[in-house]
Amino acid sequence: MENRLNDEMIEHIGILAKLELSGEERERAKEDMGKMLGYIDKMGELDTSGIEPLSHASGMQNVFREDEATNGDMREDVLRNAPEEKDGMFLVPRTFEG
Amino acid sequence: MELLEWTALELSEKIKAGEIKAKDAALAALERIEAGEKRYHCYITVDAEGALRRAEEVQRRIDAGELSGPLAGVPVAVKDNICTEGLLTTCASRMLGNFIPAYSAEAVKRLEEAGAVVLGKTNMDEFAMGSTTETSAYGGTRNPWNIGRVPGGSSGGSAAAVAAGECFLALGSDTGGSIRQPSAFCGVVGIKPTYGTVSRYGLVAYGSSLDQIGPMGRNVSDCAAMLEAIASYDKKDSTSVDRKDTDFRAALVDDAKGIRIGIPKDYMGDGLDREVREAVVKAAQVLAGKGALVEEFDLGLAEYAIPAYYTIASAEASSNLERFDGVKYGYRAAEYEGLHSMYKKSRSEGFGSEVKRRIMLGSFVLSSGYYDAYYLKALKVKALIKRAFDAAFVKYDLILGPTAPTAAPALGESLADPLQMYLGDIYTVSANLAGLPGISLPCGKNSEGLPIGLQLMGDCFQEKKMIRAAYAYEKARGSFGRPKLSADTEVGDGSFGCGIDAKPEGGKKSGKTI
Repeated sequence: MENRLNDEMIEHIGILAKLELSGEERERAKEDMGKMLGYIDKMGELDTSGIEPLSHASGMQNVFREDEATNGDMREDVLRNAPEEKDGMFLVPRTFEG
Repeated sequence: MELLEWTALELSEKIKAGEIKAKDAALAALERIEAGEKRYHCYITVDAEGALRRAEEVQRRIDAGELSGPLAGVPVAVKDNICTEGLLTTCASRMLGNFIPAYSAEAVKRLEEAGAVVLGKTNMDEFAMGSTTETSAYGGTRNPWNIGRVPGGSSGGSAAAVAAGECFLALGSDTGGSIRQPSAFCGVVGIKPTYGTVSRYGLVAYGSSLDQIGPMGRNVSDCAAMLEAIASYDKKDSTSVDRKDTDFRAALVDDAKGIRIGIPKDYMGDGLDREVREAVVKAAQVLAGKGALVEEFDLGLAEYAIPAYYTIASAEASSNLERFDGVKYGYRAAEYEGLHSMYKKSRSEGFGSEVKRRIMLGSFVLSSGYYDAYYLKALKVKALIKRAFDAAFVKYDLILGPTAPTAAPALGESLADPLQMYLGDIYTVSANLAGLPGISLPCGKNSEGLPIGLQLMGDCFQEKKMIRAAYAYEKARGSFGRPKLSADTEVGDGSFGCGIDAKPEGGKKSGKTI
């Protein structure tokens, strides 16, 4: 398992996870994940052919409801938590280069 | 103070009888918090002012005859991953150090409608990821039975607050044992309800298919009353179940006659501490003495529960925690270059190492090329585990075993080896995978005076059988006692974890942090 977790793979997971790891964190992540995956690999011992994956223990299927707003205007309260806001909107760094 | 020794149900009786005021109960609890927090650090935020205001409102409703339920006037604590309107909700993370929810979780609303008085928000492992409360960004919580030990986790603050008398009841959340294990370590009672019983609306999601909110209290009766108050069908949580049988106090019957109890052999073997095993066997004998039919059996698959659990929980966590991106709320890095750099820097600086570890693992098991081998495989293993429990519940009403393999470990011992810490969840994670209800209650102390937890699990929607057996056991066991609140050395010197003095930055905005 450890060999699957090379620097390139950790870099790729970092992109998926939107995390930037320092050199030290990266080494630790490699080691911890290697150990954990080595342990998780135990599941491979079980023959699961023909078994349907169970996503929900209750067996519940899709639950539909009408798309109706039941809450009132919470704009002020919601924006109060925003790291940056402008004119009643969330402010984010420039997304497209002009 | 004497009133702090009462159970929640006794307290509310006396308040309703006019013997004491709801405000006096809140004041007594706040005084205990003031005295205990230097040692234990159960709370991240204490809202003294708000609690007293709410207590007065509750008193008015009691006096007006509008409130007569069993939680009227009872001071309670809420785990800090459950949203409380206008009151800081940090998930013990730097990421949410300034987050003030615009609404309350459905469970909190239900509690407030029942007349419970929220005192504050309890400490926990960051985003509920951990088994010791040591991954909190605001410093760990100490076990009131021995301040050199952890309280367990992730609802360690709630468990310790109940044990230390810093509240009468508390809400916790349980994704893989996070209510039951700290309850075991702190000598209190905790219930993880059947999946879908309590609305998850307003609970900050970790592993959505596994998460449930539940009660933690001093005895089975208090917990049954709290569960009754928070159980509800809620359209805002699409996995909510419309149950009719939520009058859990009706199951408080001192009789275990005819209850069929199975003890999985795999739960009593290797890795189980000798004193824990002895205490659990003794508890089973007590239940047999009360008329229960107890026998050992082979459940099977126990060793596959943790690999399946950590795969599924990490996968769901990596997806759920994508929302923390520094845009709408929470932490945003001070310096960045462009949008993607802002996301990455905010997340890398805002999350602690255990949270990052699980997001990384979850991203990996969901990634192209590994999805089938890990995530899908785990869902199939989960199906097999569910089948094993289905088969067991044909023969038995309840499954009995230890809550955790050992009593509370020493501070700092668990974090050094994450895999070893995960293995401590072996007896609790299956209930989450299979959606089952589980209860932990104290069944003795080891030679060091640390509490030992007994776990009972029922089939889905069979809380009442579980509560009845637990109540009957508790009656036979007698009072478990409380930790002595000795004048131990104060520990407010930040000498462990991130330091007990670390405070969420938003603390000053609402209420008072102690």
